[in-house]
Amino acid sequence: MQITIQDIEQIALTAQLELTAEEKERQLEKFNKLFQDVEVLAQVDTSEIEPLAHVQSIKNVLREDLLQESLSQEKVLQNAPDQEEGMFKVPKII
Amino acid sequence: MQLHEYTISELSSLISKKEISILELTQHMLGRIEKLDSELGCYISIVEDQAMEQAAKVQKMLDKGILTSPLTGIPMGIKDNICTEGILTSCGSKMLSNFVPPYNAHVVKKLYNSGSVLLGKLNMDEYAMGSSTESSYFKKTRNPWDTERVPGGSSGGSAAAVVAGEAIYSLGSDTGGSIRQPASFCGCVGLKPTYGLISRFGLVSYASSLDQIGPLTKTVTDCALVLNAIAGHDPMDLTSSRRIHPDYTKALINDVKGMKIGLPREFIDDSVEKNIRDAILNAVKVFTDLGAECVEISIPVMEYVVPTYYIIALAEASSNLARYDGVKFGYRASNPKDILDFCKRTRSEGFGTEVKRRILLGTYVLSSGYYDAYYKKALKARAIITREFNKAFEQCDIIIGPVSPTTAYKIGEKINDPIQMYMEDIFTVPVNIAGLPAMSIPCGLDNNSLPIGLQLLGKRFDEQTIIKTAYTFEQNTEFHNLRPNLNV
Repeated sequence: MQITIQDIEQIALTAQLELTAEEKERQLEKFNKLFQDVEVLAQVDTSEIEPLAHVQSIKNVLREDLLQESLSQEKVLQNAPDQEEGMFKVPKII
Repeated sequence: MQLHEYTISELSSLISKKEISILELTQHMLGRIEKLDSELGCYISIVEDQAMEQAAKVQKMLDKGILTSPLTGIPMGIKDNICTEGILTSCGSKMLSNFVPPYNAHVVKKLYNSGSVLLGKLNMDEYAMGSSTESSYFKKTRNPWDTERVPGGSSGGSAAAVVAGEAIYSLGSDTGGSIRQPASFCGCVGLKPTYGLISRFGLVSYASSLDQIGPLTKTVTDCALVLNAIAGHDPMDLTSSRRIHPDYTKALINDVKGMKIGLPREFIDDSVEKNIRDAILNAVKVFTDLGAECVEISIPVMEYVVPTYYIIALAEASSNLARYDGVKFGYRASNPKDILDFCKRTRSEGFGTEVKRRILLGTYVLSSGYYDAYYKKALKARAIITREFNKAFEQCDIIIGPVSPTTAYKIGEKINDPIQMYMEDIFTVPVNIAGLPAMSIPCGLDNNSLPIGLQLLGKRFDEQTIIKTAYTFEQNTEFHNLRPNLNV
């Protein structure tokens, strides 16, 4: 299967990335090379196999809903690129 | 012998006998970094003032008998994707080049509590995505054995610092080999623990079902000491295991008599450089001479471990890295036209080429129409790979093989062929896929006098057998004493 420039553009949009024409070409070339190597996976017989997302048998962890210490507002905002009145500030949306 | 050449266990004894002070040791290490790091580039940040303050504080606590851990006063370096409160944690990326965490990772808290002294934060491939530390936004790290060569990656700074004596030990992280491969390229001990043994709280996520933090040290004994300090349950990481971990130093036993050591035939095929194959076979001989039995086994999944790994890792990465949008922390693009431009430009300007590639690939395999063919297929392959390793461990106590098919290569040699670089992760990625523990230890030098690593793979939560086997190898060989000639 060949991936096209249009595919790359569509994926970039989904991933919220902007690529230059040159970047698109370069990424496309690597994409197609990688997916050639991935083809081997299609040959593996997995008809009787259940997918394994995680090696541990993970169960949901529950706890009592108790008040616990957490980061202060000041600390939470310490890395904010922009803030105002204790809130994260972003460009106008609507 | 100079202070930076000692191991944790040796320094710990000197400190407790008051033959050296923690301040003197910290000062020496900072001087060593000052002398060497402009050439080697192991550190992204060096925290001199904090290190000296911490050293003074720890010395007082030791004198009062409050601190008695074997790590008390031992200078360490931490990979720059592990959060340190008040200290830049950049992940090797422009995106986090201004990120100062408001909290410590669980492992950092534990090491501080044991009295270890932080020297600084170590260089790495951007977001731990790479095998050569060439994709760091800040600098390239050089291999102490040959400064024209890469130290491996992504924990390249962590491995090079330990070998060059710029840290007594370090922490790295391993998603597909990022501790073991640099340990192999630089000639130190590197352990990727069982998934769930070490809390990931405060580790910047790459692929959450594969990531694990682990130590890089000069010796197996030091590895056991650091593992003792960082292992254990943490309620802040839902995947953290609740089992009580043993005292790993109890596994430091020089004996492999009667042990069954599995050598998969797929691990010593022609894709592996001859020097490396010879070194592995020599290691087999060391073990059999000591009374172990070598069992030839087969793990018939090796053709597809790399594609399986990359599909899972990149799918998880594309999801984990969706959080970098310029709103709450990290880099933000200036003068955006609108909110979409704001988000897109922040991400496009903040991430490097390799990170973008991995996000794109991950997004692709998760997109509708391709999800079943790639992502779901890879999860099924993961089940088979895990099953095959479980089956292999019915025939042996431990599996050995190479870490990488090559030794350290030249800087720039492979950076333009990322897919080839991916393929060279073949011997390290299955361990992460199956959640197993594995260690790399030095087992020889190749024709260019570059270190070769021996990989030891254990059953889940059986770090003890790895430690015992590796310790026996160390006690009966001299490879762990080999050091690069740095002319200082």
